[in-house]
Amino acid sequence: MAVLNHIVEILRSFWGLWAMTFFIGIVLWAYWPKNKAKLEAHGMIALRDDEN
Amino acid sequence: MTQATMASGAAAATPYNDDVIRKFVLAATFWGIVGFLVGDFIAWQLAFPALNLDLQWTSFGRVRPVHTSAVIFAFGGNVLFGTSLFIVQRTCRASLWGGSALGNFIFWGWQATIVVAALGYVMGITQGKEYSEPEWYGDLMITVVWVAYLLAFVGTLYKRKEPHIYVANWFFLAMIITIAMLHLGNNLAIPIAIFGGTWWKSYEVYSGVQDAMTQWWYGHNAVGFFLTAGFLGIMYYFVPKRAERPVYSYRLSIVHFWALIFLYIWAGPHHLHYTALPDWAQTLGMTFSVMLWMPSWGGMINGLMTLSGAWDKLRTDPVMRFLVTSVAFYGMSTFEGPMMSIKAVNSLSHYTDWGIGHVHSGSLGWVAFVSFGALYYLVPVLWKRKQLYSMRLVSYHFWIATVGIVLYITAMWISGIMQGLMWRAYDSLGFLQYSFVETVAAMHPYYVIRAIGGVLFVAGGLIMAYNFYRTIKGDVRTEVPYEAPVAAAAR
Repeated sequence: MAVLNHIVEILRSFWGLWAMTFFIGIVLWAYWPKNKAKLEAHGMIALRDDEN
Repeated sequence: MTQATMASGAAAATPYNDDVIRKFVLAATFWGIVGFLVGDFIAWQLAFPALNLDLQWTSFGRVRPVHTSAVIFAFGGNVLFGTSLFIVQRTCRASLWGGSALGNFIFWGWQATIVVAALGYVMGITQGKEYSEPEWYGDLMITVVWVAYLLAFVGTLYKRKEPHIYVANWFFLAMIITIAMLHLGNNLAIPIAIFGGTWWKSYEVYSGVQDAMTQWWYGHNAVGFFLTAGFLGIMYYFVPKRAERPVYSYRLSIVHFWALIFLYIWAGPHHLHYTALPDWAQTLGMTFSVMLWMPSWGGMINGLMTLSGAWDKLRTDPVMRFLVTSVAFYGMSTFEGPMMSIKAVNSLSHYTDWGIGHVHSGSLGWVAFVSFGALYYLVPVLWKRKQLYSMRLVSYHFWIATVGIVLYITAMWISGIMQGLMWRAYDSLGFLQYSFVETVAAMHPYYVIRAIGGVLFVAGGLIMAYNFYRTIKGDVRTEVPYEAPVAAAAR
């Protein structure tokens, strides 16, 4: 348990790196060529309202 | 005048709850004009101090929070409630969770909070924390209404028939959650009634620099999440809607959202440069503020480029003009902000009118203009009218308000930079060259120009209110129509 706590402590001190990795992951996912059509199609949601 | 009432021919698939949205739209229009008027009143007070009427209730220190709360939380708040609950229903194709009962609770709860807070300010009851002045009981009222709002919003998202949650709703939800966290964190206060004092006063649990940092963690993120993320939600729905084309890049909107969320929360310390706050925290605040420039401009590009291929609408649709100009102002003030957060610049700009000018280019140019655009869109839709009473009046409102903003911000740039330079000027013997009162006297003409700008902004608001009144009545003004975009293309 003490070892586990120690590892968690070390990993936590790199929180900036993890947050940055997460963010870069989002950017890669968003701009991955295969995802383009699917993501850009979401833009049409606002124009498909029921009444106008 | 002909009746413009539209026969709603389309079979409405989802029974949207528009009744409560109509209330928010009317309340936003009312509080907007009240807030602008109060602001202009204190602007004239600065130019002519006798206008404080020598009464405690009308003195600058008490009326100023009435202005800021009225424009941010009463005008801005009602706009956000109304637009977000309108957008979430439509983009989810689901009716409002909690129905009219919860909607009305949010509406009347918020109006009651505004009145309780404002009455307190003029009576001298205040926490003394900027943009968070209501005393503890007001804070509790805000909390109850805000939780009800969160439930209504998330409940509607949960009921959605559209599989994907449209990006505007992400911005609204980020706003709701972050404001809840900021509000609770910044308002941890103990009423002194517990110790046998009055019920009308409380003290913060933090003191000294911790209190200052908590205050500006709150203050800057109120700007970042209430006045930016929330109104970006408005931009991401109404700009595409009005331009009748999808947002320029949905992928950019995803990156815009996450970058803004990751960065904004750290920018608060730039309000505390050269104070008792540790240097590293000041530098952190500055660095994150400068980085914020990128998502801000990404968002601006996304908003503006949505118009690509439809720029003629700027000429033919004054409502579109409001929306596009607001995005341009967003870009301008999000360039100015990071620049002012740089310590060397801040040493000149801080505590001067430059800050006031910056805030108003953001709040009048961005927040109010995008709100006007949304309100002009919403009124005919909500009251089922074919069109607004008058597009020409929208155009008059646009130009009058724009000239008002330009007068306001240019006057404040000049007076702010002059003020900063006068404060730091030394003579050949090393003495300060100007006494403080000399710097105050030098600002008089700019105060007058600013107050005139404010008159124009109020006048624009009154024109809008009149236009809404006639639209709701069902009137259509006899006027030369703007050429239709189709006709322009066929020319």
